[in-house]
Amino acid sequence: MIRFTPGSPEPGQAPPDWQGQLAQLAEHAQHPALQAFYQAGCPAADCALDDAPLIALDIETTGLNTRHDAIVSLGMVPFSLERIRCRDALYQVVKPTSELSDESITFHRITHSDIHQAPRVASVIETVLEALAGKLVVVHYQAIERGFLDQACRQALGEGLQFPVIDTMELEARLHRGDSEPNVFQRMFGKRKQSIRLADSRLRYNLPLYQAHHALTDAIATAELLQAQALTHYSPQVAVSRLWS
Amino acid sequence: MQIELIEIRDHLSRFPPFDELPEEQLNDIARQVEIAYFKAGTEILTFNQEIHELHYVRSGAVDIFRRNGDLYNRLTEGGIFGHFGLLRHNRVRFPARAIEDTLLYYIPGVLFDQLCEQYENFADFVEAEGQSRLKAAVDNGRASELMKIKVRKLISRLPVTVPLTTTVQQAAQVMTEQSVSSLVVVDPQTSWPNAERVPVAEPHHAVMVGIMTDRDFRTRVLAEGLPLDTPVANIMSPNPITVQGDDTVFEAMLSMLRNNIHHLPVVQRRRPIGLINLSDIIKYESQSSLYLVSSIYNKQSVKELQSLLPDVRATFVRMARDEASAHMIGSAMSGIGRSFSQRLLELAEDQFGPPPVPYSYMALGSMARDEQLVVTDQDNALVLDDSFDPKLHDEYFLKLATFVSDGLAACGYTYCKGGIMATNPKWRQPLKVWRRYFTDWINNPKPEALLNSCIFFDLDSVYGESAMVEELQELLAEKASRNEAFLGALSRNALNRTPPLGFFRTFVMEKDGEHKNVINLKRRGTAPLTDLIRVHALACGSRAQNSFERLDAIAATKLMPPEALERLRYALEFLSLVRIKHQALAIEESVEPDNDIEPENISAAERQALKDAFQVLSNAQKFLRFRYPHMPATRPL
Repeated sequence: MIRFTPGSPEPGQAPPDWQGQLAQLAEHAQHPALQAFYQAGCPAADCALDDAPLIALDIETTGLNTRHDAIVSLGMVPFSLERIRCRDALYQVVKPTSELSDESITFHRITHSDIHQAPRVASVIETVLEALAGKLVVVHYQAIERGFLDQACRQALGEGLQFPVIDTMELEARLHRGDSEPNVFQRMFGKRKQSIRLADSRLRYNLPLYQAHHALTDAIATAELLQAQALTHYSPQVAVSRLWS
Repeated sequence: MQIELIEIRDHLSRFPPFDELPEEQLNDIARQVEIAYFKAGTEILTFNQEIHELHYVRSGAVDIFRRNGDLYNRLTEGGIFGHFGLLRHNRVRFPARAIEDTLLYYIPGVLFDQLCEQYENFADFVEAEGQSRLKAAVDNGRASELMKIKVRKLISRLPVTVPLTTTVQQAAQVMTEQSVSSLVVVDPQTSWPNAERVPVAEPHHAVMVGIMTDRDFRTRVLAEGLPLDTPVANIMSPNPITVQGDDTVFEAMLSMLRNNIHHLPVVQRRRPIGLINLSDIIKYESQSSLYLVSSIYNKQSVKELQSLLPDVRATFVRMARDEASAHMIGSAMSGIGRSFSQRLLELAEDQFGPPPVPYSYMALGSMARDEQLVVTDQDNALVLDDSFDPKLHDEYFLKLATFVSDGLAACGYTYCKGGIMATNPKWRQPLKVWRRYFTDWINNPKPEALLNSCIFFDLDSVYGESAMVEELQELLAEKASRNEAFLGALSRNALNRTPPLGFFRTFVMEKDGEHKNVINLKRRGTAPLTDLIRVHALACGSRAQNSFERLDAIAATKLMPPEALERLRYALEFLSLVRIKHQALAIEESVEPDNDIEPENISAAERQALKDAFQVLSNAQKFLRFRYPHMPATRPL
């Protein structure tokens, strides 16, 4: 089951007040790592996207279900609308808490021996939280990253995790789905549903094709996609609250 | 564990100068990369801004400009820029703009410096920008592509057309809507005779009567203060020069070079099917001689023109390396020479005012033949309108001729030792005097006198009223073909210089001056060859000036068997190419280029081919002697 964070906006509702929510969470959190993460806060709702410290995050997992599946690797790269900074990128393979299937081995090109030497997610989660703290997380399809980080925190720290994200897939959905989604008649006449998968979305901005399912490559790909989306459809001055959820 | 940025490292590893770096070094570079996305049309670098990073094109395309706004290079995937700025005081030398959606990698300047220091190949690549790029262009065989690709391939859309009666404002609106920089103007009242099958409403089936470009709006509408409802008919360029869809890109480039135009309508027979411009061709040859020509026209003084001398030589070297044909190189270099002359004449007119009577500035010799290389004299003359009065007007034309001649000398076209220059009063005459000169040369041929005037039998207008020079070309072709004595005298002169048939033995080498054991490839090869081709072409009544075109004209008359002509063509091409390569090599080695080759330095294969070419020349001279045997007055007793 995919958990939806309380912050997810219902249609027609005002965007969430993430600064306020994180401040509240900071008061109630028990674990010092989580306290520190929440205290670092996030950019103000009216902060221009251009000024916001961003970090692209991608998590590869053994499957899509947060109850049965587990994290295999994490990739993160901090960026702004001007620059993606590979120098400060992080990439971590972890030993999954659930069994790694042969299928997912071919999928992620991570081998049993890689995994064997890798640390448990519990021992790296604090490093991950430190990297994300104070920044606005950018992902492609938020359910995975939110769901699995929440799961990891529950297992390692005994408490769940909530944080604001900009979801580049959701931004694509806004542009290509919603009202403009083709109805039955339009589909009969050949209008296709636009794919909002990462690789397909990137093509619309003439971004190059990368090998998928490497957490760091996908994180960089997501950062590039947000730069392209912002320059194509938004002003750099757009308030982050218009994009986050 | 060190992080690996696989995508970035692998991409870098595929492109020079990174492709020769060790993998660990590439990993390190990838870790330091920063990435940014640019929408098509966005400025990436502006002139003189500070720069501290090398720019690498991951995807998309970027145009690099000279300071004056001319396109300098077009980069795609794997291209680098910004290194000139890094090497010189961290200021941008060449502004850059994304022309497609572009993803860039930034590599820190400090790392760039380390790479230059540590890896010689890397340093060579970035420091010798032009050279390495040129080499890459050669490897791609682009020059020969130019010769093969048809112009129609460059057409991306049907031309945007407007009727004659359209107002300039409407025309500007159409151009804006359609995002084009030029329009074809058609006359809807007439359509092609064979156009019954197509609906008349199709605008591109109408007759093309002119073209309009962005520039016309500036120079002919705004600058003149014309009202917005002026019909385009009043400001268009009527009867534009065109190319056929089946012509090669090279021919289109030559046409632009010769006529100094940047837009060229492409026609299928007479129907316009597209409009190509300079940048379409530049895509095929990113450092083409066309660039050089367009920068010649931007220069404001002799000094500025002079500064282009290295570019002229670089263009020549590049074409030689590209293995362009001798015809192509000769045409391009002559086009460049003409452009220098034209620009100097424009500057002279700016300085001395408009000419008091019409004139044509005439090129003679190799420039007129489109066979110029880098070591070349200036040979020119002025044909003045018959209303010319020396007392009133000669002061002006002397000043003009002197200005141009001095300017040409400054730009590397040395003064003609024989005084065949418009500064010489004898060669600064009204058309009627020129007619008399030519008539006299042809009707009273004396070989000794013709030795000096031979150069006038290759002539072409470079600037001004070209009709006057065309009249002289016509007169020459007309009279010469009917005058055996004249052709006989010319042919005798064409036999004066013989090829060094036994050149691999030292006794036929030139012994003059400091040079020992050299062969002057011009004097002993290409010059006697062009001389004899000229005789045959004039005998055929041809007005062609270029030797290859003269051979075509001769072929059409059956004066010589086709195999003999083919051999001549081959010999001329080969001898010219050896000359070209020799000069290109000298330029690369920073030696003053000349025509003297040293047989010891020639490979065995090339030696054999040279020998064959000289043999062809020798046989052709025998044929000429046989063809014009009756020359009692010319044969020494």
